[in-house]
Amino acid sequence: MNKIPVQACINGEAVVFLCEPNQTLLEVLREELGLTGTKEGCSNGNCGACNVILDGALVNSCLVLAVEAEGKSITTIEGIAGPNGLHPIQQKFLEHAALQCGICTPGFIVAAKALLDHNPQPTEEEARRWLAGNLCRCTGYDKIIRAVLDAAETLRNT
Amino acid sequence: MQPFAYAAPTSIVETVSLLTQHSGQARLLAGGTDLLVQLKENRRQAALVIDIKRIPELNALSYSPEAGLRIGAAVSCHRICAEPAIRQAYPGLIDAVSLIGGAQIQSRASLGGNLGNASPAADSIPALIVHHAVCEVEGPAGRRDIPAEAFCVGPGRNALQAGELLVAIRAPSPPPRFGAAYLRFIPRNEMDIAVAGAGASVILNEAGDTIVSARVALGAVAPTPLLVEAAGAALAGQPPTAEVIEQAARIAQSVAQPITDMRGTASQRRHLAWVLSRRALEQAVARAQATR
Repeated sequence: MNKIPVQACINGEAVVFLCEPNQTLLEVLREELGLTGTKEGCSNGNCGACNVILDGALVNSCLVLAVEAEGKSITTIEGIAGPNGLHPIQQKFLEHAALQCGICTPGFIVAAKALLDHNPQPTEEEARRWLAGNLCRCTGYDKIIRAVLDAAETLRNT
Repeated sequence: MQPFAYAAPTSIVETVSLLTQHSGQARLLAGGTDLLVQLKENRRQAALVIDIKRIPELNALSYSPEAGLRIGAAVSCHRICAEPAIRQAYPGLIDAVSLIGGAQIQSRASLGGNLGNASPAADSIPALIVHHAVCEVEGPAGRRDIPAEAFCVGPGRNALQAGELLVAIRAPSPPPRFGAAYLRFIPRNEMDIAVAGAGASVILNEAGDTIVSARVALGAVAPTPLLVEAAGAALAGQPPTAEVIEQAARIAQSVAQPITDMRGTASQRRHLAWVLSRRALEQAVARAQATR
């Protein structure tokens, strides 16, 4: 099958890649573009480890075809930190010890970024509900929620 | 994932022609939250995947009290839930659509896909039925309407004929003193597939002491979502009392034909059909009364 050329904007940079019609965005990010921060977990939309922001919407990149990225803007975990260091969400994950093995962490941070972009002052319930599509088998979630709410407060005060 | 070709047509005519050329071998892609999982697991086959999100009519969402609701088949759950006027007018639909997956799924999953996938446990379908929704489909012979209660014909099978696609879902504007609700049972708080579900809607008279008409629909207790016409008939002309609602819920329970599977037993589902129908009716009545 002929490969399809796709133009997209990934983490602020114009990118052109070739993909097969049956390749997911997750496969292309990791295997063609070397953006291995986005993780593969369940590969069927349950765990959120592969979360990216696609034209402002949080999506599971395992359930997006790479060809669907044509003309779209994508933010991956590699695009979260600014030029001067970690994003406040990342910093708060460290301070609150909101990770253990780390495989779910990029997905949680991207999901938290999408949450705080839409809702800068989420209640604990709103944060828990928003992050319900992200699974973590280590932390028990509590530290993650505390890190996200603390990051929200930091972002509101800066 | 299994190999397939990809097309992203920008018109319905082009899509019908692709579906006709690839008879039975083409699959429509909206949010992909069911289709891509099924293709990965070889539960469905596709020689061609047709992305319908570039067709303007399938991405259109409109509501007005005069014209009612029209949801393009590819519109995401998130977009539907984000419209305050739709939230207000179609509470049963919003109950159901907001339950489908987390933020990542809501942003992609479409109402059209929930119908097309035709799962017996699809949350949105009982809600669409109680809102009197109609599915607008187009194919080689033109356009036709299929009532939501007739759209599913078996587990994973819908009423679309060869070359047809779902274009939009329409629901009439609710009359005064209308209320609707959808409830489901799952063994945890969020993010699961219904063990059973029930939708209900009622229209009350001006005094609020009589049910003019009502609908009850069940999910996950039969091969397809079910409209329980006898329950609606038992409610019409009656006062919205606990006894009347109980009687209708028992009728709904009596038409459930559940199976036992990994999510629940047939007897648990029969019990749930009663409890959920009763509670959905109570909530629909309370919502109708709150509009007075």
